[in-house]
Amino acid sequence: MNNALEIKDLVKVYTGGTKALNGISLNVKEGDFYALLGPNGAGKSSTIGIIGTLVTKTSGSVKIFDKDIDINIAEAKSMLGVVSQEINFSQFEKVLDIVTTQAGFYGIKKSIAKPKVKDILSRLGLWDKRNDQARTLSGGYKRRLMIAKALIHEPKLLILDEPTAGVDIELRREMWDFLREINNNGTTIILTTHYLEEAEQLCRNIGIIDKGEIVADTSMKDLLSRLDVQGFVLDLEEHLEAEPKIDGYSLKLEDSLTLVTAINKDKSINNLFDELNKLGIKVKSLRNESNRLEELFIEMVKR
Amino acid sequence: MNQKQQFNISVTLWTLTSKEIRRFLRIWIQTLVPPAITMSLYFVIFGSLIGPRIGEMDGFNYVQFMIPGLIMMSVITNSYANVVSSFYSVKFQKSIEELLISPMPNWTILLGFILGGVARGVLVGMIVFFVSLFFYPEFQIQNVPLTLLVLLLTAILFSLMGFLNAIFADSFDAISVVPTFVLTPLIYLGGVFYSINILPDFWRSISMANPMLYVVNTFREGMLGVSDVSISFSLTMISIFIIIFSFLCLYLLKKGIGIRT
Repeated sequence: MNNALEIKDLVKVYTGGTKALNGISLNVKEGDFYALLGPNGAGKSSTIGIIGTLVTKTSGSVKIFDKDIDINIAEAKSMLGVVSQEINFSQFEKVLDIVTTQAGFYGIKKSIAKPKVKDILSRLGLWDKRNDQARTLSGGYKRRLMIAKALIHEPKLLILDEPTAGVDIELRREMWDFLREINNNGTTIILTTHYLEEAEQLCRNIGIIDKGEIVADTSMKDLLSRLDVQGFVLDLEEHLEAEPKIDGYSLKLEDSLTLVTAINKDKSINNLFDELNKLGIKVKSLRNESNRLEELFIEMVKR
Repeated sequence: MNQKQQFNISVTLWTLTSKEIRRFLRIWIQTLVPPAITMSLYFVIFGSLIGPRIGEMDGFNYVQFMIPGLIMMSVITNSYANVVSSFYSVKFQKSIEELLISPMPNWTILLGFILGGVARGVLVGMIVFFVSLFFYPEFQIQNVPLTLLVLLLTAILFSLMGFLNAIFADSFDAISVVPTFVLTPLIYLGGVFYSINILPDFWRSISMANPMLYVVNTFREGMLGVSDVSISFSLTMISIFIIIFSFLCLYLLKKGIGIRT
């Protein structure tokens, strides 16, 4: 399978001497849904800025579907769509005009763009707001407009820089469904986010960047398998006065109806249920104590 | 972008140009009406009220003498203002990212903004000309091709200067400094309201170093058939500066100065 994105020895030193990227190399396969994670100031936005040619690189190379962004500029850019972190459209224009104009910047004639604009605005729930000035839209709708703009020329590679920041849960879920759909239809997606649950839910592969270096580049499954311990929360049917003692398991009573436990990878959760049954403790429901990826992430970037 | 969608560069250029034209037409109360009102006041005060007391200038009625100068003044300030404010706004609002991420080459970005500035400069110039006809209905243009050529070249030159100003600007103050402290004094002292022939020798020599004098007088040559300067020299210099500024703008765009991090 071809590489949708190929980054080689990318270095970025800002005026003043701050080294944002320390020679990173990264490949993202065609059709992938890839998460690029890192703490603030790690180099994510610099990387995305360089790919989108908004930031000039100090050295290294970037290829989009084998087209170098310095040599085959127009071809490389035609295959790329970027949803920036900050709102970057004219707030005084109408939704319809913003997306139609964006199509024009990609050389798409108005007659061809028209049905495409209608389709993408409808899919993102913006068609009814097509004649509204962009500044009147809510934060969530502005985010959708950013996505519509980035997709109007049907890019093969879509990069989203924290697309769901500040978006409510319902809209976030809707956006996840939409992104899954376009990924299933063949668009390669690279996502940066601070919501690690989002990355875990959506992405197949993951890169973690810290202090301008790639500290992990692997599959989500592989990364999560590195976890030795998982925390679970058990909601109980009846009140308990003290936490039960079971060999091999550490159990803590958070309140009279909630038990918290940390289970090693080599221990079975079935055994725990058997032991609880024997003690007459009925479990109503079970959930993860905290986001698993979050634990790994913190561990990796604090080294 | 799929195979059926051929990248069409003329579409990108037209998209940007029409966006720029739409922008200044949408805010016509800020862009088209003020020059019409300001110039009407100039014609009323300096032309109809004070003008008869001044008498003739270079053999022309004073209103008639002022018309080319006031048109040029409007073209210069409006083409400059259009590009500097529009390009700085797209930088400020970050919507410049739409252009930079797209496959548009730098020359189409530059040309799109310049054509927007030229469109506003020429449109305002025409509005001022029609306003002037209320005050001097019998006005006749002496050399139409020269008039149109100077109108166009001036609008291009000052649009390019506005673009340069916007590239380097990092605040709204920075886009008003040049028009207020450089352009306006040079225009007022560049022969809009008087012929340099009425100045003492010393001040006439100083005035010859003012580039606005050449623009205003070349346009006056086209409209009235009189000029204080050499027309071929003026046209050559305007053209040379257009070429220099165009290459400078393209170089800055390529380097990303003022627009890329």
